[in-house]
Amino acid sequence: MPEKSLLYELRDEDCQVIEEVAEKYQGGQGVLISALHEIQENVGFIPRVAQIKLAETLDISISEVYSVITFYSFFTLQPKGKYQIIVCNGTACYVKGANGILDKLKQELCINIGETTPDRLFSIEAVRCIGACGLGPVISINGEVYARVKPERIPVILADLTRREEKAG
Amino acid sequence: MELVELTIDGQEVRVEKGTTVLDAARSIGISIPTLCHYHGIDAIGACRLCLVDTGGRNLAASCVTVAEDGMEVKTNTPKVREARRTVLELILSAHPDDCLKCVRNRNCELQTLAENMGIREFTYEGEKPQFKQDDDNPAVIRDSEKCILCRRCVAVCQDVQTTRILFPQNRGFDTVVAPDRLAPLGETACIFCGQCINVCPVGAIVEKSYIADVWAALSDPEKHVVVQTAPATRISLGEEMGMIPGSIVTGQMVTALRRLGFDRIFDTNFAADLTIMEEGSELIHRINNDGPLPLITSCSPGWIKFCEHHYHDLLKNLSTCKSPQQMFGALAKTYYAEKMGIDPADIVVVSVMPCTAKKFEMMRPEMDDSDFQDVDYVLTTRELGRMLREAGIDFSALPVEDYDEPLGISTGAGEIFGATGGVMEAALRTAYELLTGEELPGLDFQAVRGLEGIKEAEVKVGDLTLRVAVAHSLGKSRQLLEKVRSGEKEYHFIEIMTCPGGCIGGGGQPIPTTDEIRKKRLAAVYTEDKNMPLRKSHDNPGVQKLYEEFLKKPLSDRSHRLLHTSYRERGKFE
Repeated sequence: MPEKSLLYELRDEDCQVIEEVAEKYQGGQGVLISALHEIQENVGFIPRVAQIKLAETLDISISEVYSVITFYSFFTLQPKGKYQIIVCNGTACYVKGANGILDKLKQELCINIGETTPDRLFSIEAVRCIGACGLGPVISINGEVYARVKPERIPVILADLTRREEKAG
Repeated sequence: MELVELTIDGQEVRVEKGTTVLDAARSIGISIPTLCHYHGIDAIGACRLCLVDTGGRNLAASCVTVAEDGMEVKTNTPKVREARRTVLELILSAHPDDCLKCVRNRNCELQTLAENMGIREFTYEGEKPQFKQDDDNPAVIRDSEKCILCRRCVAVCQDVQTTRILFPQNRGFDTVVAPDRLAPLGETACIFCGQCINVCPVGAIVEKSYIADVWAALSDPEKHVVVQTAPATRISLGEEMGMIPGSIVTGQMVTALRRLGFDRIFDTNFAADLTIMEEGSELIHRINNDGPLPLITSCSPGWIKFCEHHYHDLLKNLSTCKSPQQMFGALAKTYYAEKMGIDPADIVVVSVMPCTAKKFEMMRPEMDDSDFQDVDYVLTTRELGRMLREAGIDFSALPVEDYDEPLGISTGAGEIFGATGGVMEAALRTAYELLTGEELPGLDFQAVRGLEGIKEAEVKVGDLTLRVAVAHSLGKSRQLLEKVRSGEKEYHFIEIMTCPGGCIGGGGQPIPTTDEIRKKRLAAVYTEDKNMPLRKSHDNPGVQKLYEEFLKKPLSDRSHRLLHTSYRERGKFE
């Protein structure tokens, strides 16, 4: 089973944060959650190297570290994407075909709900209702709402965003 | 000793301060149901089956409630019974109800509780957790759908063995006891000791069974099937067959194996005696040639894998001797095959072991010095019991028979390999006589016997004062090894056994295995040792003949090729 957190490449500054946090809490008692918080906030998720580092420096088992990460929903094993795509799955959007949109997104990005692409550009989430029932089915990308979306439009939207990224360099 | 006095169900009881209400009740014959509680290992009050009324606003979990002066406890009121029943019904609502095909059928604490509490229908029916079985290794299968999340395995893995593999992952309905990454055990630093199996109240962790393979080999007329029996199986198989703990059933086990159809009934104790010849010689060689010391025993495959994961600096200290099981396998397909004129390709070597790590050991790629896989199948004591029941063998009525020659000849020294301290004691019996040339005045080394976690002794051998240490359970072993690493302690020879009590408490032994039962099995091992006409490995005529005819002398080239091995560094976490 490939460990999800291994899919994402770490930046130099991420590695530095992990080193610093580990050093700061070295030998401490009951500090795991604080250390995880700092890594989550600065790195965006808890990478495998951070799990190993904390297990070693805090002298606790790696299985316990993983346990704490998977118990608290604040901690994630993968980063959120730069573009967080939220698909409304409330009653109105559902009836109007939200599932088709979700399927298309999953197919285009090759990830599941709750996951992030390896380039950390896109993640998909499904939520119950974003209060725009009249516009359904809707998706929202970083707060921008797309109304009456059809599955065919998904590749166009994604291509736009990818182009925007490429231009930004 | 300070005492407190309380009443439980109207009976007055005085117990030592600090005693739990659960233990106080048990001391006067009141049995309170438990699932997560395991004496000496775990008391976390998680399962809530042991609820009692202590007069407080809420019912209390008696396993974590300390008895207090003047306390009035009620264990059998309608409120208590109903609360416990609800708890049990909720546990049952998430548990499969296919007991008939469960390996723990009739030896399951949940099943027993359901019967004792008169469950006749399922009150709560709904979704049950779904998990994939983890059977991706040669030794241990985890079936999380049967897990009731009691966490005994977590306690034994984290605290007793300090292998630290199992922990609850995720939350709520998705909670599963698993390694980090939810990885299969085979991709972790799990050592397959099977202590989790022994404490599991249900069938959520079990050994991987090779019973079907063994039946197939036994019914194949082309195959010459030999079996070896580990020292600790003859004092525990009786339990598996319904006898009291500590029953010695050596001769009955031999008869039973013969009736199952094995062609030769041999003894791992023979190979244990051989191990002493090789390892004793290795010890003397290392003492005379400036180390590396301490020499550390290598019979316990769980410990070997643990060392490969966590103590790379001590790999050079490990004896290069294979375990007795593997020495036996290598000899069965060379020396024995040659002597009998049988093609080793047709020989099937089956081991009956108190151990699950032996299943991993037999599959190690380097264990093929006979040019075949040296040991083909490992059965636990429990699996042998299952085969005997399936074959309809009335164990209690069996006559006593003897092992076959030549690989069935053994001494008391081989037998005590099954007990913590036994390898040390057997080695001392031989090393003393080999080094001094004098007869040992007393054979019993009491200092290395018993359930104390770490034992030390100094033994005068001629001019040399031999400093030795013995540890059992990997938690205790870790403590000992840290002292060796830091230089705080110096020894010539250390015995490490993976399981609490040594092999008699192995992960393949009858369930339950408690300290009380361990003591009875230990006593049986030493009784069996005393009953043997020969009690020193170097007196074993079969081993002497093996050297004469085949190996020439301990540590010879051929010994090195067949009986010794090497180790590898493995990652700390995977």
